[in-house]
Amino acid sequence: MLADAGLFSIPCDVPPYQLSGAVYGTLLNHRSALQMLGDAVNQPPYGAAPSAPVLYIKPRNTLARTGDVVRIPAGTPELEVGACLGLVLGRAACRVSAARAMDYVAGYLIVADVSIPHASYHRPSIRYKARDGYCPLGPAVTARAAIANPDALTIRAYVDGTLGQTSSTADLIRPAARLLADVTEFMTLAPGDVLAVGAAAPPLRIHPGQSLRIEIDGLGSLCNPFLGAAA
Amino acid sequence: MMHARVAFAGAIHDATPADASLTEVMLADGRRVAAAQLVWLPPFNAGTVIALGLNYADHARELASKAQDEPLVFLKGPGALLGHLGATRRPEGVKFMHYECELAVVIGRVARQVERSRALQHVAGYCIANDYAVRDYLENWYRPNLRVKNRDGGTVLGPWLVDAADVADPACLGLRTFVNGKLTQQGNTRNMIFDIPYLIEYLSSFMTLLPGDVILTGTPEGVVNVMPGDVVACEIDGLGRLINTIAADHEFGR
Repeated sequence: MLADAGLFSIPCDVPPYQLSGAVYGTLLNHRSALQMLGDAVNQPPYGAAPSAPVLYIKPRNTLARTGDVVRIPAGTPELEVGACLGLVLGRAACRVSAARAMDYVAGYLIVADVSIPHASYHRPSIRYKARDGYCPLGPAVTARAAIANPDALTIRAYVDGTLGQTSSTADLIRPAARLLADVTEFMTLAPGDVLAVGAAAPPLRIHPGQSLRIEIDGLGSLCNPFLGAAA
Repeated sequence: MMHARVAFAGAIHDATPADASLTEVMLADGRRVAAAQLVWLPPFNAGTVIALGLNYADHARELASKAQDEPLVFLKGPGALLGHLGATRRPEGVKFMHYECELAVVIGRVARQVERSRALQHVAGYCIANDYAVRDYLENWYRPNLRVKNRDGGTVLGPWLVDAADVADPACLGLRTFVNGKLTQQGNTRNMIFDIPYLIEYLSSFMTLLPGDVILTGTPEGVVNVMPGDVVACEIDGLGRLINTIAADHEFGR
């Protein structure tokens, strides 16, 4: 059915794996992200801190490779980026226990979750997160066996070469295995699906003309230039 | 033309109705098979699944929602999809699980910044969707949260994908849901708040829609709680009848 997709390419081929194209993100799973909201979590419209993982979907039109340009729409001064670890599923995971969850992971990659800044987490429009090219990922899938401890990975994000954020997967509220267990309690993840485990706050802010590089220990780096709207 | 995707005798087939009563289908290889002998899959390879909340004025009133200036759009993953005559699980102990009969609009041509006047040219066809929600799990973070609306088998599509050319006016189709034969939901696509051309124009203004992407256009009023054993049938004029059964945990080995 994609034969007539023309020049629009969906980068599912991330060597040595074929991604399914389904990418799920997790919000407020980094301690800093929840802390930043403070007591607002108990106020309207939220009413209470989240109990289940807060998930969202990056549709296939958002997928991009390292090197791809991220476009900032006219009238939007800056974008925000959540720099995070992505788990790549290796086999169907349904109701997995935290103890066995990592057996279902084929490997890891870097995910840059790009959004138009928005204040509310209540019912944000998908136009903030679902724009074309707003989910660069890669640069490749690193096999699970190559990473000794996914819960102690340092993530460094550089804007125009200057370190803008350092975070660690050690500060996740639900570490990777726990998150997989809680997500697959109600939805099965398929081989090639990506689950981004959540970014630190505050997110990086990127302006037109700047470039972003995200590095995670052992996973290489994901580099993307950000430009204003195409003429 | 109506198209189905079915599993039969060890393979997956494209199929079309063999007769007007839709009780028999014709596989692409010419075999005729009774509909009940088939495993019905969603009738097309779905890409991005886009869904509308509160897109009928009556349903929005039903949920006491205030007027919107922008469509309430959310996304669903491929694991939620299920075909005709399947079973959807109702978790033990939940209080409110309801169906939502919706017109599904399937994209046939790449759509990027499409104006409403040309929007329908990008539609391949239409099918019935039944998009379940388990409201017990509603939390006020990135609503509607995936635990409510993206559960395995919670989004039923089919039985047929009907070519756009065979649907004279998608903005005037009656929708009906029957639970165990009793009419519980009734509406008409003419009462959508944001109509199909608007939705394609709106979505394609920020995201490229690709062939196989599908827009579930929302449900009218009349959603009621369903229990294990209930047979839920959703009908839309000219698109057929999509049947689904609610199953208890033990039927899923839980």
